[in-house]
Amino acid sequence: MSYAPSAEVLGRIDRAIAAYPEKAAALLPVLHLIQGESGWVPPEAETWVAAKLGILPIRVREVLSFYTMFHRKPAGRTVIQVCRNLSCTLAGAEDIIGLLRAELGLAGGDTTADGAVTLVTVECLGNCDNAPCLQIDGVDHGRVTRERAAELVRELRGR
Amino acid sequence: MSESPVRLLPVDESSWRLEAYLGRGGYAAARKAVTSMAPADVIAEVRRSGLRGRGGAGFPAGLKWSFVPQGGAGPRFLCVNADEGEPGTFKDRAILVRNPHLLLDGMVIAAFAVGIPTAVVYVRGEYDRVAGRLREAIAEAVKAGFLGPSVFGTGFGLDVIVHLGAGAYICGEETALLESVEGRRGQPRLKPPFPAVVGLFRAPTVVNNVETLASVPGIIARGADWFTGLGRPKDCGTRIFGVSGAVRRPGLYELPTGTPLRTIIDDHAGGPPEGVSVKAVIPGGLSAPLLRAEELGTPMDFDSLAQACSMIGSAAVVVIGDRTPILDVLKVMARFYAHESCGQCTPCRVGTSWIHKVVSRLAAGRGRPADLDLILSLADGMKGRTLCPMGDAAALPIHALVTKFREELEQAVGR
Repeated sequence: MSYAPSAEVLGRIDRAIAAYPEKAAALLPVLHLIQGESGWVPPEAETWVAAKLGILPIRVREVLSFYTMFHRKPAGRTVIQVCRNLSCTLAGAEDIIGLLRAELGLAGGDTTADGAVTLVTVECLGNCDNAPCLQIDGVDHGRVTRERAAELVRELRGR
Repeated sequence: MSESPVRLLPVDESSWRLEAYLGRGGYAAARKAVTSMAPADVIAEVRRSGLRGRGGAGFPAGLKWSFVPQGGAGPRFLCVNADEGEPGTFKDRAILVRNPHLLLDGMVIAAFAVGIPTAVVYVRGEYDRVAGRLREAIAEAVKAGFLGPSVFGTGFGLDVIVHLGAGAYICGEETALLESVEGRRGQPRLKPPFPAVVGLFRAPTVVNNVETLASVPGIIARGADWFTGLGRPKDCGTRIFGVSGAVRRPGLYELPTGTPLRTIIDDHAGGPPEGVSVKAVIPGGLSAPLLRAEELGTPMDFDSLAQACSMIGSAAVVVIGDRTPILDVLKVMARFYAHESCGQCTPCRVGTSWIHKVVSRLAAGRGRPADLDLILSLADGMKGRTLCPMGDAAALPIHALVTKFREELEQAVGR
């Protein structure tokens, strides 16, 4: 299997590379663009990126595996990031996480059986005055009550 | 504090637009610096103001700028630290959302003072949406001639790149941030050389926090004396205190440095909810050793908090109520640092993961009599033994928590 981004994403990748004084510096933005289109960064894309930026494939792998926001396995079409650091824990985050997992029907893993939703816990989203908080595909939701959490899951199901 | 003369955070919804910022006298400071001051005089004015970094370490900003070698050819960079990963901290997000032009105003002044043609704003990945507004503000400023090849029609130019992180606390450390911009894992560099000499792409680089740069326009527009007249000597001006946890009105409060912790919590954030009293307070983000309720009189400035064996850090105040078991707080800390250690230095990599294991078994009711002392000795083993400040940032708050709340922990683990 070989990887190729769409023409539109390829254009954005080339513009990202041109923005930096050194090609390799575009590694994070390029990985963001690929993940934005594919939902994850497949292994074939790693070698494609390495060739594109003139770096070794191992460097792509070590960067991908270091940063928690990159997915090396297919993620759900919707990704929920729930904060569980201190301010959110004080506001009942663990309770909300448990409820979300139950509502989504997550047993062992983090992704629903139909591949629709991935739930990940994260450490501080910088939205602490709105604790407990979460992000759905990057969009902030704050002061999430149990009722609101259940409602968010219903809205996702309706998509 | 309605008479507070500093307005880092306007409140109306359209406040972030260029037109609104110009209406508040925006870019007058950058224009003054670029069109009527010598770079050395700009640095001197910021040095005289005593402005200290608002990201955590508190290094004097003007002094940092002065470390960049003067003259000479070759590139130089300004890196703006908008990584804001310190748990409890949400002030830079607010500046980016509500007043992004204030940051750009400060960036133009800093870049002009140091002779820098390129700035990189490192925004944490979780703030992608927040960064969208910054990108719009940059486009507005370029169009108006406040950024780009000829700032205010002069020979000075400044280009801005917005670089998105991807989820790594360590990238808030300045040299890890540089590694990340260069497209590598965020592993801190050995210092010296400091970034002012060998920084981004091996060129001299200034790294400043968002709030630090946002404080600069006021200093240039009104003068260093105005700034030193606010807050405490040796740590002047105002800061944005972010309050969360057990208070009625969590939020951001811009107040003079040295404001007592109790005033921030009770008078501004409304105090704890009905029936709850303060058990402990983290005064400057999760890495700042916590204070007990009887220490609430501590003034919130660098020196006062250092005397209290803590630190002001990012000025993120997290209030812990008396109904919260302190073991719950320890659990969050232990998990967080074990997760975020970059793995480069053995004391931090192994120390944080051992502490996490020990705390996990305490929390599961399988603690051993010597576990609390084991945690303390692991924390001691990390202190001062790592390349970057994260070793201390993990060891000190855990050590303080176990020491200050030892009795409660011993009861909790059944002794």
